Amino acid sequence: MNLGNLLSGPPSIVAAGVDVFSDALRAQGAEVADVDWRPPGFGDPDDLAALALDTRRAAANRTAVERLLAAGAVLVDVRPAREVIGLADRMLLHSGPPLEWENASGPMRGALIGACLFEGWAADVEEAEILLSTGAVTLDPCHHHRTVGPMAGVTSPSMWMWCLEDPVTGGQAFCNLNEGLGKVLRMGAFNEEVQARLRWMRDVLGPVLSKAVRGSIDAGNDPLDVKAVLAQMLQMGDEGHNRNRAGSLMALRELSPSIVAVEGVPSSDIAAVLRFIGGNEHFFLNLGMPTAKLALDAARDVPGSTMLTVMSRNGTEFGIQAAGTGDRWFTGPANTPVGLFLGDYGPDDANPDIGDSAIMETYGIGGFAMAAAPAIVRFVGGTVPDALATTERMYQLTLAENPAMAIPIMGFRGSPTGIDVLKVARTGWLPQINTGMAGRIAGTGQVGAGLVQPPQQCFEQALVALAEEARKA
Amino acid sequence: MSPSAPSGGDAAVSVQLRSGVYADSVKLMQVSRRVGARDGVSAVLVAMATPLNLELAANMGLAPAGDASPEQLLIAVRAEDDAALADALADVDAALAERERSTGSATAVAHRTVGAGLDELAPDSPALAIVSVPGQYAVAEAADAIAAGRSVLVFSDGVPVEHEVALKRAAHDAGVLVMGPDCGTAIVSGVALGFANVVRPGPVGLVAASGTGAQQVSCLLDMAGVGVSHVLGVGGRDLKEEVGGLATLDALAALDADPATERVLVVSKPPAPSVAAAVTSFADGLSVPVRSAALSAETPDLTAAVEALLTDMGLDVPVWPSRPGPAEAAVPGAALKGLYSGGTLADEAMLIAAPALGGIRSNTPLEPELDLGTDLSASGHLVVDFGDDALTVGRAHPMIDPTLRLEAIAGVAAADEPAVLLLDVVLGYGADPDPAGALVPALRAARAQKHLPVVVALIGTEGDPQGWSRQADALAAAGCAVFSSNAAATRYALDLLGASA
Repeated sequence: MNLGNLLSGPPSIVAAGVDVFSDALRAQGAEVADVDWRPPGFGDPDDLAALALDTRRAAANRTAVERLLAAGAVLVDVRPAREVIGLADRMLLHSGPPLEWENASGPMRGALIGACLFEGWAADVEEAEILLSTGAVTLDPCHHHRTVGPMAGVTSPSMWMWCLEDPVTGGQAFCNLNEGLGKVLRMGAFNEEVQARLRWMRDVLGPVLSKAVRGSIDAGNDPLDVKAVLAQMLQMGDEGHNRNRAGSLMALRELSPSIVAVEGVPSSDIAAVLRFIGGNEHFFLNLGMPTAKLALDAARDVPGSTMLTVMSRNGTEFGIQAAGTGDRWFTGPANTPVGLFLGDYGPDDANPDIGDSAIMETYGIGGFAMAAAPAIVRFVGGTVPDALATTERMYQLTLAENPAMAIPIMGFRGSPTGIDVLKVARTGWLPQINTGMAGRIAGTGQVGAGLVQPPQQCFEQALVALAEEARKA
Repeated sequence: MSPSAPSGGDAAVSVQLRSGVYADSVKLMQVSRRVGARDGVSAVLVAMATPLNLELAANMGLAPAGDASPEQLLIAVRAEDDAALADALADVDAALAERERSTGSATAVAHRTVGAGLDELAPDSPALAIVSVPGQYAVAEAADAIAAGRSVLVFSDGVPVEHEVALKRAAHDAGVLVMGPDCGTAIVSGVALGFANVVRPGPVGLVAASGTGAQQVSCLLDMAGVGVSHVLGVGGRDLKEEVGGLATLDALAALDADPATERVLVVSKPPAPSVAAAVTSFADGLSVPVRSAALSAETPDLTAAVEALLTDMGLDVPVWPSRPGPAEAAVPGAALKGLYSGGTLADEAMLIAAPALGGIRSNTPLEPELDLGTDLSASGHLVVDFGDDALTVGRAHPMIDPTLRLEAIAGVAAADEPAVLLLDVVLGYGADPDPAGALVPALRAARAQKHLPVVVALIGTEGDPQGWSRQADALAAAGCAVFSSNAAATRYALDLLGASA
């Protein structure tokens, strides 16, 4: 037994606790690194110890992370939701953990109303509200259908979806098409401008993209490697959540030859599709999110793992899931983001945190890769050194560095990935999320963008549940 | 490609495709170039398996068999023989795993956990973690070290014994050592951790379930001109039934494998008999000679154990340094008042004195019926361990904070009862920078009140920051008889009581 070379020479020492011992070591000329130890941010000491001593944990977390890192994502189809996930008539998907109409926030209500109007289930807002409040329209989280939706995430049967596949596991994940900025359904707006755009997306954009994607694959081309686009955009100044500029342009570059080749469509429609994609900086977000979803779904259901597989919000509550606790949601009231506002909107106009897009942070980019996006830093409040420090802190919450998602300014270190509930508790640092802000009142649309953190409560509950599992094992 | 490399039919070739690994093309070119520059390597292509790269590989005669997809990583190497190929492939893995450290950050983010701190160290360098956080939180920090393949010294007390067992089992499986919990003394390759003395390097390794016991032994060895290789503390409970010597056995195995260690001494308070037997039988199977210095009524005191070890080694036993102090009148029939900061030293004093004095009451008694309870100033023979956990809650160890012991000295002086005072003074890192400075005024005051002989076991070395002789001279000048051996000090106190052991 050589104790990891311990006795082979004067040791370097990492010290946590009282300073006296480190001082005495320094006086001897020993190499000492002090840990800035604090009592855990939360968690019962017995629960923390049960998890720390769980003999399954190290291997389970390694398995979960390996699956996360190994997963890929290619674009295989574009289809209406009713076809791909069998979304039934009078059923709507929404972002975040399960939600009832009664406690839905303004933008969520706005988006649900808008979807009822769009599907023709209601003739006006009043009728829509009756359908929704009486349960005549069923609500279910996107995450229950291998789906993710930004902001309100409302997905109805006629909406077209990106269909992504993980070549490693064969798993699939889905996301609706991005509508652009401003007055949009996902931000809770539902007026005629929104309806007209949704109809155009249903009648023109979806079918054209579908033909382009399938046509290209049918012609023997490789499907678009979305994970590779994500990797490249981090090198180009995007963090993949609030800034998708490079990714959107790359997607446009990859898709446009086959879009142009779509037959039987007026060239004015082709031009409109290209103009729409080119004019929408967030177009790629709806491709990045299912990429992250595929990787995190691959890491699901690993007994003993303390790694998160979902962070998501419905505008009222923030919810998380962990690899060691399957489909259980742990929830708490959503915080309201802090950031910059469009026009003369202000903090009072912002709705609490909303959307499945925190899947990007769960995957280790977005707020976790803040250092990769110097251009966005000031927009979401902060300086370049702050951005670097944020990413540095996130390394201490996570289990791995994702070699596929290299951050140039961090010396091409991989992005911090695999959020560990135990590390969150021990450091007391909560995950950093970059996000958009929807207007509090239904129908408003986007009011700004900024930074937000999950409520600690979710992590407290998850810790208790994971510790229970550890004790049972 | 290395131009000097031979090419021919006898070359060793490896072509692999790996899934789930991605690196950008620049990084992969760097890896290819680094491995290609190795002696004995004639061709290397490490690249994502895109059609272009597959064509390049085919041109180099290194095309993979079967289908490849662009998400896969192609690793193709041709070398002059199997050994060079294996080395090259290992270097590919090393180069892929290497990561540059962040240099962009203007403000370094402090590490909050032991795990984060250990992540920064080079993998094969000697390193360990020290944990002195509150006991209820120590487990997670210690588990970090084990997970990182590092040994850990846990100063913290209050760690439940079942957590200690779980940590030590995990450490054993990981091939590392948990020193502690409640471990205050260790010396690793000359680096003193916690309460430890400046002793010369040498051939004797100590495994210690007793902090002050290890200090006594290592200081005497130093005074005999013999140094220590390492002192591995294992925590006071390691040789109890519940823990079963888990860390002791691993520490013995590590010292057996250590080229600097020629002899091993196991220092402890009385072990559980079954554990002692297991340790003995394990030690018998090692190539390094192992001797036990376990304190008990049946075994020699620590000084005698050191002397026996010196004799084993063919060395002369020196005259242990002492300062006789003034010629004191004996006080036959007086009470022995042992006021100790070191638990093992207190035990040793009781074990030596009990046969001569009968029952000695204590807060850490040899027999449960001798428990002193909370009345530390009771009459009769007593030995108090001020370092006991019950007396250190919310205050520093008596080796740092003498307040309670000074109060007790004043109490002995004020009482009508004739008494002989027996004290330990422990020097070294972590201890009071001038313990004599604090004791001398109190002892002078006490001796002015009544005839009170004072005997001191001064545990330390000349090399210690406090200096053994400087402290001994100061104590002797205040009228104390000073010994470097606790056993000798105890016996001298018994002489003064007219109850020689």
